[in-house]
Amino acid sequence: MRLPILLALVGVLGIHPAVADDASLLNVSYDPTRELYQEYNLRFAEHWKQTTGQVIAIKSSHGGSGKQARAVIDGLQADVVTLALAYDIDVIAEKSQLLPADWAKRLPDNSSPYTSTVVFLVRKGNPKQIKDWNDLIKPGIGIIPANPKTSGGARWTYLAAYGQALLANGNDQAKARAYITKFYENVPVLDSGARGATTTFVERGIGDALVGWENEALQAISSIKGQFEVVVPAVSILAEPPVALVDKNADHHGTRAVAEEYLKYLYSDVGQEIAAKNFYRPRNPAILAKYASQFSAVKLFTLGDVFSSWGEAQKTHFADAGVFDQIYQPK
Amino acid sequence: MPILLKERSILPGFSLSLGYTMLYLSLIVLIPLSALVWKTAELSWHDFLVAVTSKRVLASYYLSFGAAAVAGAVNVVAGLLIAWVLVRYRFPGRRIIDGLIDLPFALPTAVAGITLCTLYAPNGWLGGAFAHGGAIGSWFPATGWAAEHLYTPENRELGGIKIAYAPLGITIALVFIGLPFVVRTVQPVLENLGPEMEEAAASLGAGRLRTFATVIWPEIWPAVATGFALSFARGVGEYGSVVFIAGNQPMKTEITPLLIITKLEQYDYAGATAIAVMMLLLSFVMLLAIGLLQRFSRLKGV
Repeated sequence: MRLPILLALVGVLGIHPAVADDASLLNVSYDPTRELYQEYNLRFAEHWKQTTGQVIAIKSSHGGSGKQARAVIDGLQADVVTLALAYDIDVIAEKSQLLPADWAKRLPDNSSPYTSTVVFLVRKGNPKQIKDWNDLIKPGIGIIPANPKTSGGARWTYLAAYGQALLANGNDQAKARAYITKFYENVPVLDSGARGATTTFVERGIGDALVGWENEALQAISSIKGQFEVVVPAVSILAEPPVALVDKNADHHGTRAVAEEYLKYLYSDVGQEIAAKNFYRPRNPAILAKYASQFSAVKLFTLGDVFSSWGEAQKTHFADAGVFDQIYQPK
Repeated sequence: MPILLKERSILPGFSLSLGYTMLYLSLIVLIPLSALVWKTAELSWHDFLVAVTSKRVLASYYLSFGAAAVAGAVNVVAGLLIAWVLVRYRFPGRRIIDGLIDLPFALPTAVAGITLCTLYAPNGWLGGAFAHGGAIGSWFPATGWAAEHLYTPENRELGGIKIAYAPLGITIALVFIGLPFVVRTVQPVLENLGPEMEEAAASLGAGRLRTFATVIWPEIWPAVATGFALSFARGVGEYGSVVFIAGNQPMKTEITPLLIITKLEQYDYAGATAIAVMMLLLSFVMLLAIGLLQRFSRLKGV
């Protein structure tokens, strides 16, 4: 099974497993970071040329976070991975042993140089008066999240919805479950990825609120002006998209030094500024303050606060026969 | 065919060409398929049965096989008609129409899916007309036979017909991609048939209906069945063009190929291949049944 997939990838992407002569770096990322890394790659190549004199070609590959992780496991030669959630990198570490299990501790802030959160995108003038989480589960409201089984961003959405219900109800699991059941009962279309959900909401006119990545919502209103508004709930989750060096691949390509600097530079003022410009919340408080008008104040809880760990969240909620599957069981 | 193996064939190169055929089939078809079964073998029988018979998976078989069968049936009727018109009549633009038939083959399936979805979504040209309040949708009230059998819950309240994000939309997408199969399999048979047989039947006093039923249909039906089988098989496995219009709601509009992708996204390779093996098995049994039916009827005809 592995070998055919590997061969197919080599064929389709034209990636040569052998070491390339001139320095090149492959960043395997997820969908909504396309614009971010397009800009960052150019700036980093300049920075690397200035500091070392070496010319570096950086390639980014984008796709669903889980799909990308699977490609790396199956042999896609990523030097670094920048994915939507830590669980996907955990799985790479566990299944392929290409990087150590404690990869998240190697860089500051859980290896997440930028963060995001889960917000609502509503139609102009907010005709259904959607202001907070409880407005989403009212009868007759249509909401568009993506499928948490197939989309990393949608998993953050699910955890934000479930987590805020837990916090609002004094950690009552039964009440949180009742909330999440009503939440998905109001979903008319369940797209497999975040971009697909945006298309369904924006282009097809389905639903009253798109629930998902803040960076996607901000991106949508900046490119389509005047038709939509962003609604930031009072409480939401701190979504931490992590980055990591894929040690064995980088060592094999002889790119460890540049790959490490590529990730560290994300934490620099330049990197943080690019993240903020592309609608990701920078970790650097000074730069976050500079973009305060773009990022509304919201009380953020972390995944660890409510679900202890990704492994736990995955097992309880998203695995087969987990809470998400139970929601859809016929009564 | 044991006789062929013992006696020397009159045509030279039999063993070479058979050897080549077997090698090629093994490389292209058998190795990937056995890899699929091999991967599934990681599961115990119990796990396999659980994986392929959970309620959600069963609901998706019902949808995928049901929609593919309905789409195949629609294509048989429409495809036969189109093939007939293209073969029997000469009119300006015939070649263009003939070329159009292949478009669903040539179009990338994702493009087809997005196009169909744009058209049939509630805010699209056709979807809007059929939605409640639309020009055609207002003909369909919230009660009655259609409401019982065709409607989604929201249409039961409001009336109108929902196309995209409902089983109807999935079926339309499958009709779209399956049409060329029926036309292209029936067309050459009709061309070979020629009008002479019909003329002979007519001169012997058969009416049009009888001519069709006793002269034409027995000749073309194996081709029609093949067309149906191809359209059906393509429909069962179709992902790209369906996933955009399906709505993807578990238990309601989730097709089996999507469930396989979902399992893969969760690194459940064995679970994904288990469903794939099940689909393969069901499709193979159905295709085999159609093949046997054809063979049986040919033997009876002789």
